[in-house]
Amino acid sequence: MNLEKVIFGFFIVLAATLNFGFFIGDIDNAVHHDVYELFAAIVVNLIATVLKFGDRTQIGAIHLSTSLVADLQLIAAAVVWGYGTTVAGAPLSADLTAKIVSLSGGALFANVVSVVILIAETIMQRR
Amino acid sequence: MIPGTHHGSFFLILRRMRAPLILLILIFAISVLGLTIVPGYDENGNPARMSFFHAFYFISYTATTIGFGEVPNAFSEAQRMWATLCIYMSVVGWAYSIGTLFALFQDKNFQHALKVEQFARAVRRLREPFFLICGYGETGRLLTRALDRMGLRVVAVEVDEVKAGELELHTYYADIPTLVADARYPEVLRLAGLTHPNCRGVMTLTNDDTVNLSVAIAARLLAPTLPALCRSESPESTANMASFGTRHIISPFEKFGEYLALALHAPSAFHLLEWLTGVPGSLVEPHRDPPHGRWLLCGYGNFGRILTRSLRQEGVEVIVIDQGPAPADYEGEWLCGDATGAQALRTAGVETASGIIACVGSDVNNLSIAVTARELKPDLFVILRQNHFANAPLFDAFPSDLRVVSSRIVAHECLAILTTPLLVPFLAQIKQRDEAWSRRLVKRLTDRFGWKVPNIWSVRINAENAPALFRLLMPAGPIVNLGSLLQDPADRARPLECEVLYIMRDDDGTVLLPDSDQEVRVGDQLLLVGTREAQSALALTLENPNTLDYVLTGHDVPGGWVWERLARRRA
Repeated sequence: MNLEKVIFGFFIVLAATLNFGFFIGDIDNAVHHDVYELFAAIVVNLIATVLKFGDRTQIGAIHLSTSLVADLQLIAAAVVWGYGTTVAGAPLSADLTAKIVSLSGGALFANVVSVVILIAETIMQRR
Repeated sequence: MIPGTHHGSFFLILRRMRAPLILLILIFAISVLGLTIVPGYDENGNPARMSFFHAFYFISYTATTIGFGEVPNAFSEAQRMWATLCIYMSVVGWAYSIGTLFALFQDKNFQHALKVEQFARAVRRLREPFFLICGYGETGRLLTRALDRMGLRVVAVEVDEVKAGELELHTYYADIPTLVADARYPEVLRLAGLTHPNCRGVMTLTNDDTVNLSVAIAARLLAPTLPALCRSESPESTANMASFGTRHIISPFEKFGEYLALALHAPSAFHLLEWLTGVPGSLVEPHRDPPHGRWLLCGYGNFGRILTRSLRQEGVEVIVIDQGPAPADYEGEWLCGDATGAQALRTAGVETASGIIACVGSDVNNLSIAVTARELKPDLFVILRQNHFANAPLFDAFPSDLRVVSSRIVAHECLAILTTPLLVPFLAQIKQRDEAWSRRLVKRLTDRFGWKVPNIWSVRINAENAPALFRLLMPAGPIVNLGSLLQDPADRARPLECEVLYIMRDDDGTVLLPDSDQEVRVGDQLLLVGTREAQSALALTLENPNTLDYVLTGHDVPGGWVWERLARRRA
């Protein structure tokens, strides 16, 4: 067992689970989607991205690109949230909630791909 | 550089910056999270928490030490406490990240990786023909300067950092990509453009025969069609290079041996050769011809061995003076002693000798031998070997008859092979002619062009190099002879200051020293000698149809479609 591998796997799976936790629930119900969970998802995703830096293999490159996609989608969701509540000044509407959650849904897909690659890589090494 | 372990510098940055970046993300996350949790007040003084947006905004300008103050509302005491903590955390985070980044830029490995990458990029992007030079020593420097002056690009590989640094100090017209690396590694040669489509030749000029040998074999295997010019000092490595088909092996000592033999039996041919193969613009001083008779040779190394053989082949008696005993395979007179002293020279019979060759490995000893010998016999013919370029002023001060500088011999030979491939067959033909013929030729050429080394160049009459003449001749055009072609494009009554020495026809026929009524045909290769101005004037004639028309017929054809139409109507 390798501590580095544990940390790597931990962050990738945690990024996916936090993202899933935020995503699950009615798409337009603001009560089902917590802002702290989105924040945690963004932070963990960023850390997972940095952990993937510097790997020159093909699989490393795909790993990095899925993470970058997830970052982009989650940050977009956070920006929409911040813009909708602060600049427009209105409370979180059902319409806005649906936009935010669908963006995080896209990030979730990228995170799932990332987890699948992680598993595939592990299985390849076993063989 | 150890090949194979080299990674891109961008990936190196990413890899090294992982830890500091994660630390920064964590510090930002904790700070922002804390700010959204710690209780504060809104603008009316009611208890409220900060939104994520405002927390991120505050931390962004605080962590980067910009510091706008407490925005949007005055902070509560609890928020101020947390902000203090955030400030110290972020300062540590930034200091660590920036410190890591700077350490990375100072890192020798990283800098080397950057330089290698820049070099490889510069070579990859070369869109013009270039030559690859391995070893930027004295020879490399001479050759680089000459090629650069001719407008040819050069890529250099040198193992010594100091020598490679000198390259930046010298001024060249073109930028010369330089890599500090051992040319023995094929990966280094590949980076330096050995397999690049624009590479026109590789020259390996290091003073280490094993390096030259590895470059030769790498060139033979990786780029078999590329001309490889390899310097070789010992007969063993010459034989080794020849065994796998290296096309041009340049052994400075063998070359000088050949020259000396030529100078002994055909002095005029030797003058001509010196005049034709020198560095353009330098002055060839007519020196006296080496006499036959008894010769003393001091220092029986590689060079001494080769010279002894050449001299004996010319029927000259050679006495070798060396500090060591004679090798087992040596035949002839051998004197064991120190040639720098008058004693040994007298014993060898310097008073009755006609020439002396000082060719030991030390420059000071060579000069000492020469000075002592001249004192004993003032009209002695002296051949001096100069080992180091830096000692040139000493050798300039001593009036020797011939000076052997191996770096110069190699550089001249490389230049002759690379820039004027016709020169070698021409010189071979000269050597077959008799002495009187050579003397007449030298007299005629030097009367016309002086003793300064002229420009020597080759021209091939084809669509690429002489488009105007090619188009004129191609569909069974008029007969053009040399005399009418070699006229000044500014005033056709004046002949150009150049002369054709040799023509090689497409059907392998050759013409030595053609007359002015010799016909020029498509596919001809001409070897010309003349001034730099004549070279560019001839290039203009061969390229521009209007100039060619004027030179051949005297009609000054107007250029451009409109003027041509008008001229035709008027006619």
